[in-house]
Amino acid sequence: MSLLPISLLTAEAAAHPYRRLVARRILLVLGLGGLLVLSVAIDISLGPARYPLADVVRTILWPADSDVQMRVVIWDIRMPMALMAVTVGGCLSLAGAQMQTILANPLASPFTLGLSAAASFGAALAMVLGVALFPGALALMVPINAFVMAMLAALLIFGLSTLRGVTVETIVLLGIALVFTFNAALALLEYFASEQALAAVVFWTMGSLTKASWTKVAVTAAILLICTPLFARRAWALTAIRLGETRAAAMGVPVRRLRLETLLLVALLAAVPVSFVGTIGFIGIVGPHIARLLLGEDQRFFLPGSILAGALILSATSVLSKAILPGAVLPIGIITALVGVPFFATLIFTHGRRSW
Amino acid sequence: MVTLELKSVEACYGRKAVFAAATTPEIRGGSLTALIGPNAAGKSTLFRRIAGQLRGAGQVRLRGAEPAALRYMPQDTAMTAALTVYEAVILAVKQGQAGWQLSARDLAAVDAVLARLKIGALAELHLAELSGGQRQLVSIAQTLVTRPAVLLMDEPTSALDLYRQYEVLDLLRDYAAETGAVAVLALHDLNQVMRSCATTIAVANGRVEAVGPSREVLTPTLIRRLYGIDARIEACSRGYPMMIVDGPGRA
Ligand SMILES: Nc1ncnc2c1ncn2[C@@H]1O[C@H](COP(=O)(O)OP(=O)(O)OP(=O)(O)O)[C@@H](O)[C@H]1O
Ligand SMILES: [Mg+2]
Repeated sequence: MSLLPISLLTAEAAAHPYRRLVARRILLVLGLGGLLVLSVAIDISLGPARYPLADVVRTILWPADSDVQMRVVIWDIRMPMALMAVTVGGCLSLAGAQMQTILANPLASPFTLGLSAAASFGAALAMVLGVALFPGALALMVPINAFVMAMLAALLIFGLSTLRGVTVETIVLLGIALVFTFNAALALLEYFASEQALAAVVFWTMGSLTKASWTKVAVTAAILLICTPLFARRAWALTAIRLGETRAAAMGVPVRRLRLETLLLVALLAAVPVSFVGTIGFIGIVGPHIARLLLGEDQRFFLPGSILAGALILSATSVLSKAILPGAVLPIGIITALVGVPFFATLIFTHGRRSW
Repeated sequence: MVTLELKSVEACYGRKAVFAAATTPEIRGGSLTALIGPNAAGKSTLFRRIAGQLRGAGQVRLRGAEPAALRYMPQDTAMTAALTVYEAVILAVKQGQAGWQLSARDLAAVDAVLARLKIGALAELHLAELSGGQRQLVSIAQTLVTRPAVLLMDEPTSALDLYRQYEVLDLLRDYAAETGAVAVLALHDLNQVMRSCATTIAVANGRVEAVGPSREVLTPTLIRRLYGIDARIEACSRGYPMMIVDGPGRA
């Protein structure tokens, strides 16, 4: 344990009192990581078919030596779902964290900027009208439509924020305008939809992990692996921007450029998971807040902390929903909000030092 | 020695020009320079223009220092990030660097500036837990920690108690003398200006009204022109010049 802070402090600096804070924060990040691993393990072991935990672990570690049926259940059904919760939770939480950072707004998330509303509208276009925004790949029409619309919404916001004199407040207001526009367009589609299509749209917008696959896990993981280092390189600048634009600029941070780069990365981080799993909006707000309460806003801790907190919440929710209602596969978007909100409220009211 | 000079510098917000062409002689480093003027005269605007946050025609000439060695301290001291005081100052040291690792030198720089401002005891407090004056001291620490060659400080003493005001002004004066840095401070208290600042720049109505040694620039005539105040400059019993206000000027 005494070696831990070394990675963030050089050897000579490791005797400094500041190391205590660093060590505490590193331990908290590792703690979140540990809880996540535990949660994923439990998630995989739970399901309609009950297997002893030892067998589950053996199947994961040595798939070749295990029972065929169990291998299929664990490897092809439960693991993609459990890991999808991790990658999607991580992506959405990171997207929310950086959105809040650059927009100086605790309520900002990819969802308040209309990305998920746009995605839902895109998905509904496919399900109700059978319109493919990207020709070919009919099997993937729904996620591709959702992705295209979400990216279009993000690019619209991006384009407008490159204009001179556009402030953070303007961007937030614009995002809210987009939310209402896309929700209205979605309602219009639903109004004319057949009963069957309507059911599909409604289910999709609730957010669900049931359509998880190894491909989707890989794609969302790749997005996370691409974006995280790009944010990590800008860690000091992103932290500084939270002290206010003028102050950050005074420290030499290229505020406008950083904001635009971040917007693009956030768009990618949010649009891809949303197109796969639908709307799981809550994570993008709660994940970052939990990380902030535990770790503060030094991005060296806040960045990994947000990813882990988001992943943990979604994974734990998946576990909870299986434990509370065994057999039923409730859309995870519903459970996240129902279980997450009381937990979140408790956290906010019991934790002393808040910043927003 | 570092010098700063403005040549027909324009500063505007959108199409609204606050300064059309601000010109000053060379401001020499090594002592404090005051920037005075009534509210909305354009002091903060001029700072932002010099710091490169506003664009406009004209030239900001810096000799003896790189533009990167310039630090501007905004007037607004609000800081709401969930950071400790120590973290907030480290930030200023590490800007422009990609690495996450802190060296003993980085930490020593932070320790030194906190000690000099006598706020070492605040290091582990969160920004949200600070008083207004404490927050201003942190803001000053962030500005000084990189040991800039050009300092532009917007009302650095506005939230401080009387003792702290003079302590900070003395500290800044010593810093300028030690390092030869150009240090321009926007100030409203003209007695502080006369006591601490060798040079004064007076601005009003989008113009530089006067530049020169503080004792020569600060005359009853100028004070009346800038602020509409009738005042006298007299020597106190220790010989310092003091401004005595007789009241708002009668037209
Ligand atoms: N962001 C802005 N956009 C447009 N106009 C601005 C902006 N900031 C300041 N101004 C205007 O520029 C002028 C100069 O303001 P500035 O803040 O530079 O004054 P100041 O000398 O610093 O005043 P104070 O002593 O009150 O701090 C004012 O008329 C003000 O209304
Ligand atoms: Mg001002």
